[in-house]
Amino acid sequence: MIEQELKKRILVIDGAMGTMIQRYKLREEDYRGERFKDHEMSLKGNNDLLSITRPEIIKEIHAAYLEAGADIIETNTFSSTTIAQADYKLESAAYDLNFESAKIAKEIASEFSTQAKPRYVAGAIGPTNRTASISPDVNNPAFRAVSFNELKEAYYEQISGLIKGGVDLLLIETIFDTLNAKAALFAAQAYFDEHNTTLPVMVSGTITDASGRTLSGQTTEAFMISLQHAPLLSIGLNCALGAKELRPYLKVLSDKSDLFVTAYPNAGLPNEFGEYDQSPEQMASLIEEFAKDGFLNMVGGCCGTTPSHIAAIAGAVENIVPREK
Amino acid sequence: MSQTERHMMLSGLEPLIIGPNTNFVNVGERTNVTGSRKFLRLIKEEKFQDALSIARDQVEGGAQILDVNMDEGMLDSKQAMVTFLNLIASEPEIAKIPIMIDSSKWEVIEAGLQCLQGKGVVNSISLKEGEAIFIEQAKKIKWYGAAVIVMAFDEKGQADTYQRRIDICKRAYDILVDQIEFNPQDIIFDPNIFPVATGIAEHNNYAVDFFKATKWIKENLPFAKVSGGVSNVSFSFRGNNKVREAMHSAFLYHAIKNGMDMGIVNPTMLEVYDQLDKDLLTAVEDVLLNRSDDATEALLELAEKYKGVKVQGVQKDLSWREQSVEKRLEYALVKGIVEFIEQDVELARGQFDKPLRVIEGPLMDGMNVVGDLFGAGKMFLPQVVKSARVMKKAVAYLLPFLEEDKQAGVASTNGKILLATVKGDVHDIGKNIVGVVLGCNNYEIIDMGVMVAPEKIIQKAIDERVDIVGLSGLITPSLDEMITVAQEMQRAELNVPLLIGGATTSRVHTAVKIQEHYQNDSTVHVLDASRAVTVAEKLLGGASKGYKTQIEEEYQKVRENYAKHREVKKLISLKEARANKLELEFNDHIVAPCFTGVKHFDQLSLKQISSYIDWTPFFQTWELAGRFPNILNDEIVGVQATELYADAQKMLAQIISENWLEAKASIGFWPCYAKDEMVILPTENKKFHFLRQQTQKASGAFNLSLADYISPQSDYIGGFAVTCGLKIEDKIKEFEADHNDYKSIMLKALADRLAEALAEMMHRQVRKEHWGYAKEEQLDNEALIKEKYRGIRPAPGYPACPDHTDKITLFELLDCPNHAQIQLTENLAMLPAASVCGWYFAHPKAKYFGVGKITEDQVVQFAENKSIEKEEMKRWLSSSMQ
Repeated sequence: MIEQELKKRILVIDGAMGTMIQRYKLREEDYRGERFKDHEMSLKGNNDLLSITRPEIIKEIHAAYLEAGADIIETNTFSSTTIAQADYKLESAAYDLNFESAKIAKEIASEFSTQAKPRYVAGAIGPTNRTASISPDVNNPAFRAVSFNELKEAYYEQISGLIKGGVDLLLIETIFDTLNAKAALFAAQAYFDEHNTTLPVMVSGTITDASGRTLSGQTTEAFMISLQHAPLLSIGLNCALGAKELRPYLKVLSDKSDLFVTAYPNAGLPNEFGEYDQSPEQMASLIEEFAKDGFLNMVGGCCGTTPSHIAAIAGAVENIVPREK
Repeated sequence: MSQTERHMMLSGLEPLIIGPNTNFVNVGERTNVTGSRKFLRLIKEEKFQDALSIARDQVEGGAQILDVNMDEGMLDSKQAMVTFLNLIASEPEIAKIPIMIDSSKWEVIEAGLQCLQGKGVVNSISLKEGEAIFIEQAKKIKWYGAAVIVMAFDEKGQADTYQRRIDICKRAYDILVDQIEFNPQDIIFDPNIFPVATGIAEHNNYAVDFFKATKWIKENLPFAKVSGGVSNVSFSFRGNNKVREAMHSAFLYHAIKNGMDMGIVNPTMLEVYDQLDKDLLTAVEDVLLNRSDDATEALLELAEKYKGVKVQGVQKDLSWREQSVEKRLEYALVKGIVEFIEQDVELARGQFDKPLRVIEGPLMDGMNVVGDLFGAGKMFLPQVVKSARVMKKAVAYLLPFLEEDKQAGVASTNGKILLATVKGDVHDIGKNIVGVVLGCNNYEIIDMGVMVAPEKIIQKAIDERVDIVGLSGLITPSLDEMITVAQEMQRAELNVPLLIGGATTSRVHTAVKIQEHYQNDSTVHVLDASRAVTVAEKLLGGASKGYKTQIEEEYQKVRENYAKHREVKKLISLKEARANKLELEFNDHIVAPCFTGVKHFDQLSLKQISSYIDWTPFFQTWELAGRFPNILNDEIVGVQATELYADAQKMLAQIISENWLEAKASIGFWPCYAKDEMVILPTENKKFHFLRQQTQKASGAFNLSLADYISPQSDYIGGFAVTCGLKIEDKIKEFEADHNDYKSIMLKALADRLAEALAEMMHRQVRKEHWGYAKEEQLDNEALIKEKYRGIRPAPGYPACPDHTDKITLFELLDCPNHAQIQLTENLAMLPAASVCGWYFAHPKAKYFGVGKITEDQVVQFAENKSIEKEEMKRWLSSSMQ
């Protein structure tokens, strides 16, 4: 059980998928593969699709992170909901994307998994590209581009694909609107209830800037309170900020939450070209600091991080005692 | 988790934690259609903005949870609940507290839960329809993540005795906690508050039973909470508010003593327990506690006495008025309260031997406090401007006495500072703010206003023996005007520091272009008003020599860096840039406008315009950083931003209802074609001239010019000029006469926002109607939402077309002086300042860009095309040249 491992040590989560995919300089044909070769619109950039059309690349990236020492790898399913895939008119592929991504991640994780260092697959559940509690139309603040029920249904489908594909955990991540995450949690509980099963659920929010709030305006503590009704394994923060900037908000969670606490920040803040240039060593030393301060149970990387970052982080936290719940 | 830590935790945008040491939690109850006729009417008439202000009042009045109820036969309750909760979500000052969804209909509750990102409260569910439904609903509530109020109600009816109350609560608690693992700290019981003193003997023990049940619940059902609707208890005394208030206060006093945690109470229907008339209190408590058989009769009899007694309204906190007059002056200055300033100043005058001492003493002390707080980031600009208003009022009151005392003009200040917006420029909001801030810090300000010629500045500086000259400007030609002033100051052998400020000014420009012309003293760029004081203090203080050397060294570095940077940045020739122009496809995209020529619009509705306002730049004007609406919740400036926004809304409403401003717009469309960077209008015999980027581009990127968006064969271009600044001077004069800089700056800032909003509104109408290339925009909601509208409206003087001189052509075509009534100054600033002009480009690929730096060959070509002298053109384009 992952709870047992979490009591022993700080677990390491993998790094960015998108950053790694970029290195392959893929073309439209790579994304289309055989299955989508006649699809009506361009598919380049739809990274989740690669789990079906270029699975060997996704496996290779997972393997690189496992090699670097990640205990938990995330499935390549950040945008695998009908809602996010609607941009590519690929709503119908959503279930398969989740199932296939989960399957390859589980296969490769099993190869690396040992008694001494078990490896886990977290089914990545992204925020979708719509917000349930913010109107996209300034002239009509009561308008919503997506409803709770639409989100719930999309998440339910994603969760069933992930669970059938074999994930060990669910990770609702990059939460910028807490209401979206509540819909995902509702879907998870409905799925568990109907199938008489359960999986540990992790949630991870995104503090968008120095205001210390989510995009939908909540403080870190309000965010935490809004999600703790569900039986969760962990709560944490990822994306938008680098490790340094994330620290004060992580401290709030560490001080106030009864759950395990996770963090997977970006590799610093983007420079003027929009690139992340924090080195593995810089990032690892920042993370080492707050691991030593007892803030962490799980740690990894988000945008701009690579297997080198994860290896450095894994090395840095290896002998540090995890935060006491 | 330790047992003691099982607090109830709720959230809106912010947390609310209710633990054993939390005081009674007040639930706001005015946003309830069953309890407030006014709210019902507003919802029925869909006046949601007014309905929201009721919610806002509740939050400001101290409600910690907001109860929302839409249960009314004539309403679509579910729809009303969803709409109102969604609207609340967009109002951070309301959404910060948790919501209580109040309905007897499950479908309304569920729809409401789907709108809450925070953890709210459901009010309520019960065992009325049996266990199965109760369990199903409770489970859903748990999944949605909310706390729940459970009514003491079962299949047999509402509990009206002590025993029935505790039996039902116990049963509900066991089901919730044991069967569906509901968090016990998220359960709130409502053990029914019923009216007493009804004349029916069975009712006499209702309050006592409630108190006892509350106590039992708190002792026997771990972590559960107790709530209730308090006003029920006094139902028999409708129309006699004095008695009702006393009953509510006494009831709450006893209920809280027995453990009641929260409740729905109208705070205006509450009297302080300790301040109740003793007779009334005794009579009320006899009833509530059922202490004697004739308690009801006694209270009814006594109640007659209180009939028609007017209830005292909520009073402002005036306790600060009890302090010494010095403290009162300080308080009024810090808080910006003008109400009592004259009477306090008069009082202070009696206490000092000379009126001047009042200024030098308590008033300056108070302003020093303001200055310190501002410097420490504990006060913000809008507050400081309000403080200054109080100061000005105080000084104005003292002025006659000063003159009587023949003391006028000898007040000692930190220094005399001349401020002016340079020739050809009309923008003065920033300059006025700097003036106020410096004034607050005891500098004497000589404000010469706008469009001040260099020779006038020099003369005034000499005549008044000023200590510092400060120049301000917004448009790019003002940068050159500042150079001229610097040169003139050098020539006139002035030797005082020169301060440079305004939106287009920069440290680099000051160091590289201005400083070299003025060697007699320091030239310093001031980034914003908050720095002005520090800079002035350092320049005039004892250690000024060191500071001046430091500035000189700093600016020397800036110059060196600039020189280095300039060498690196390679520009390509105009010819090369043209070879890499953007070649667009035009055939399918050209849409003929509904008319060609010019149309004018008068009598535009300011109200309609105001709905297009983008508020973020408004806060920037006041030096509050952050994006709207998040800024209202910002940890640092949120409170101040919210207050400023409320003031702005108030003034905006007056601007609209009292027609303070007049808005006009002119638009035109003309057939045209593009040639190089020119757009030629054959029917008008006119040309527009644009510039082309000359930076080295990566492959696949183009050297853009706005002309590239126009077909070389046959196409259309639009132009516009709008203003919302007509008539503004009348009001500004009025405010200035009243020493009210705050309002004066506010009005100018709002007029600027309205002008931008009008430009936005006209652009939308152009797309949809007048040009009509995006008629479908209205239908395609998606495109609107994503702001994916087609076409751009660049303005002369902005990055895509940094040249100002084409405003002349544009104004001729639109006949601006006669219709929109906008004038151009000699440096091509628009007057009134709250005006916007520009072009419309309709091509779907058209987007905003910056021209960046250009080389001499393009300037020469441009001058030739425009038939303007080369040297003059260089002056106009100097800020674009390397």
